[in-house]
Amino acid sequence: MSATHPPYPLGAAPAPSLETRGAVRAGDALDVRALPSYGFGASSLMWWGTLGVMAIEGTVFAMAAVAYFYLRTQADEWPLGVPPPKLLWGTLNTLILLASAIPNQWAKRAAQRHDLEGVRRALPICIAFAVAFIVVRAFEFTTLECRWDTNAYGSIVWMLLGLHTTHLLTDFADTAVLAVLMFTGPLEGKRFADVAENAVYWDFVVLAWLPIYAVIYWAPRF
Amino acid sequence: MTDAYVAMPEPAAAQALERTWRDPPGFLGWLAAVNHKSIGRRFIVTAFGFFVAAGLLAAVMRLQLSRPDNHIVGPDLYNRIFTLHGTAMMFLFAVPVMQAMAVYLVPLMIGTRSTAFPRMTAYAYWVYLFGGLMIFIAFLLAMGPDNGWFNYVPLSGPQYSSGKRSDFWAQLITFTEVSGLLVSVDIITTVFKLRAPGMTLARMPLFVWAMLVTAFMIIFAMPAVMLSSTMLIMDRLVGTHFFNPADGGDPLLWQHLFWFFGHPEVYFIFIPALGFMSSIIATFARRPIFGHTAMVLALIATAFFAFGLWVHHMFATNVPDLGKAFFTAMSLMIAIPSAVQIFCWIATLWKGRLYMTSALLFTLGFFFILVIGGLTGLILGSVPLDLQVHDSYFVVAHLHYVLIGGAVFPLFGAWYYWFPKITGRLMDERLGRWNFWLFFIAFNVTFYPMHHLGLEGMPRRVYTYAAATGWGPLNLLASVGAVVIALSVLLFIVNAVKSLRSGELAGPNPWRAPSLEWAADSPPAAYDFAAIPVVASREPLWDARPAPSHVTGLATDVREGVSTTVIDALPDHRYTFPSPTPWTFLAAVATTVMFISSIFTPWAVVWGSIPIIITLIAWFWPTREETAKHLALEKRP
Repeated sequence: MSATHPPYPLGAAPAPSLETRGAVRAGDALDVRALPSYGFGASSLMWWGTLGVMAIEGTVFAMAAVAYFYLRTQADEWPLGVPPPKLLWGTLNTLILLASAIPNQWAKRAAQRHDLEGVRRALPICIAFAVAFIVVRAFEFTTLECRWDTNAYGSIVWMLLGLHTTHLLTDFADTAVLAVLMFTGPLEGKRFADVAENAVYWDFVVLAWLPIYAVIYWAPRF
Repeated sequence: MTDAYVAMPEPAAAQALERTWRDPPGFLGWLAAVNHKSIGRRFIVTAFGFFVAAGLLAAVMRLQLSRPDNHIVGPDLYNRIFTLHGTAMMFLFAVPVMQAMAVYLVPLMIGTRSTAFPRMTAYAYWVYLFGGLMIFIAFLLAMGPDNGWFNYVPLSGPQYSSGKRSDFWAQLITFTEVSGLLVSVDIITTVFKLRAPGMTLARMPLFVWAMLVTAFMIIFAMPAVMLSSTMLIMDRLVGTHFFNPADGGDPLLWQHLFWFFGHPEVYFIFIPALGFMSSIIATFARRPIFGHTAMVLALIATAFFAFGLWVHHMFATNVPDLGKAFFTAMSLMIAIPSAVQIFCWIATLWKGRLYMTSALLFTLGFFFILVIGGLTGLILGSVPLDLQVHDSYFVVAHLHYVLIGGAVFPLFGAWYYWFPKITGRLMDERLGRWNFWLFFIAFNVTFYPMHHLGLEGMPRRVYTYAAATGWGPLNLLASVGAVVIALSVLLFIVNAVKSLRSGELAGPNPWRAPSLEWAADSPPAAYDFAAIPVVASREPLWDARPAPSHVTGLATDVREGVSTTVIDALPDHRYTFPSPTPWTFLAAVATTVMFISSIFTPWAVVWGSIPIIITLIAWFWPTREETAKHLALEKRP
């Protein structure tokens, strides 16, 4: 059939060699026996899956923030009949979340070095931070100055804070399960990639908080 | 060339692969299955079942409307019927069936043995099935939603919609979104990381491009409706005020969020159909698609523009005029990438040697019907004309021309085209032609008169009309057409069942098609390919066999595949796929219990999460046996 159609420049370009990362030509075949059996970062499928989940959740956050400002355009005053949230607990939690990125980074680097002891040291510290920011989050809800059923302002603020809180809880649960597994086994090298990807998700939960913090605590002050 | 494309392994190796990749035996094994072909088949059959059920609801509506002052169906039941018809067709048929086709076909087309996250695919299927069953059971118990498929507030809000009808609708959305989003993540990862060595992005089939673009659209559009349906159920259950203008809320927020999802949704249905078209046309025109690169760019452009159209569903609201003008322009602009594709297909057909089959007939039907739907789309995209026919039967005619012409015709074509791959047997061509012509003629008989009914002022969603309106004859004509459509779908079912039993054996490549799925057996073995192929061109089965031609060195006793780099598809690592597990099914059951209970009490979100967490941990937790096998194959990066 190849003679019946003209060659296509992209399709017909000479292929780069497929003999990468230990794959070798063996007669008519490409032997992949020597390839690594897992990978970190963009090499890993789970990393891409996590990225997809982060894209979904990031879109949900963005949409909720858009809804916040949309409702604000419909209102004569903002916040609606209540003072803005008090800054103390939210700001403290922002600092805790940012600080948690440090042990999280230790866990990630230890995982990339396949350093089991390092992972076992870092993950419990991460979990301690998670407990701290979940407890402080409970206090945050008390400083919103309104309930979810007070008015539309209360509804959207509770929703923003609630959405992020579910992420704190899932992040805590993921990390706790992974930490137990790293202590009890059964272990294989791929679990270090899991720890590294869990750390990426943790960073997402921390970074996603910054715009939400700005919307909840600072937008009503301007 | 096609038969010998992939080297056959030793019989012993083939047996080992079959043992490793097949579903576990028995009923429990059936629940635990994760093979992409098993899940894909179930997904397709289930979606077809919902299509038939929603179609029967349409038949009841046409019966009711066949003459004026008819009282077979009362107004309340009629509301529930048209709501479930639209909801099921959009959320339980059109979007899932396209993803189902992707779950079955994408791994075969890119030369791998599974989707990236097969357990997640299985979980997504169960969640989808349970959500669909829930809404139909609610309908049978007279608790079905009754506010139309886009469920506008304030009608669907706590003030005007008592009982649980609207809440069932909102939770159906949650079910289908969870399923749709997870499959999207799965498809993107599969396409990016599991393509056969050498299948660079530039060599990837247009079908796979279409599925990839659709998956991205779903990721960025579905969260909007997930958020809005959550807001709605919270307004109804816990007293929030998102859509309540008395306390600072705004009903238009619903419309913005819904259509920010709802317009792209049309393209989740349409873009995969474009992928079917490109596969079928290339094969039966016997030449590569003209303008492959332009086609890819047009797909991506369509996806981008699709996010800038949502306000054209809201021209009858108080959106500022400047905004309306912008959205009119965007709506007209999407004609450009659509035209690029249509002209590329026409050029392909023009320069090709046509081989006329039922599959090709259905795709040709697309051109005729979609062009009419596109023309009425130009009318609806323009503000003054839209206001004239808003909420009339003109809109009903338009949306059926676009959705049935744009998606269902190519989908039927796709079923004729891939049926031999999935079942091993060809469908009957004579019945296929009857199926096509009955469907094509009856479709136009049913929906064309609706344009006139709309122009004459017949509003959509009325359960009956007075004889004095003069709408009787055209409605009767439309109802006659609907009966014939039902007959043609019945003919399709008869053809499928008959062919499944006694159809002609297909062999691996009955159409002499160019893409990799046709190098696998029909039906494909549990492991898809005896050896993972190496790809060196866009139409691998039409071109000379590359050297090297296939991959060796993968384990046969563990589900192992080769992962490649995102752009160049260079070998990157050996990837171990997860094995079957009943926990995906149990996690879906736990999820279902939580979603349905939360319709009745918000606390279900708290206690209902506990079984979900337990099942998810059990799903994730590795076994010692599996770990030992992996360790034997392990090589650190």
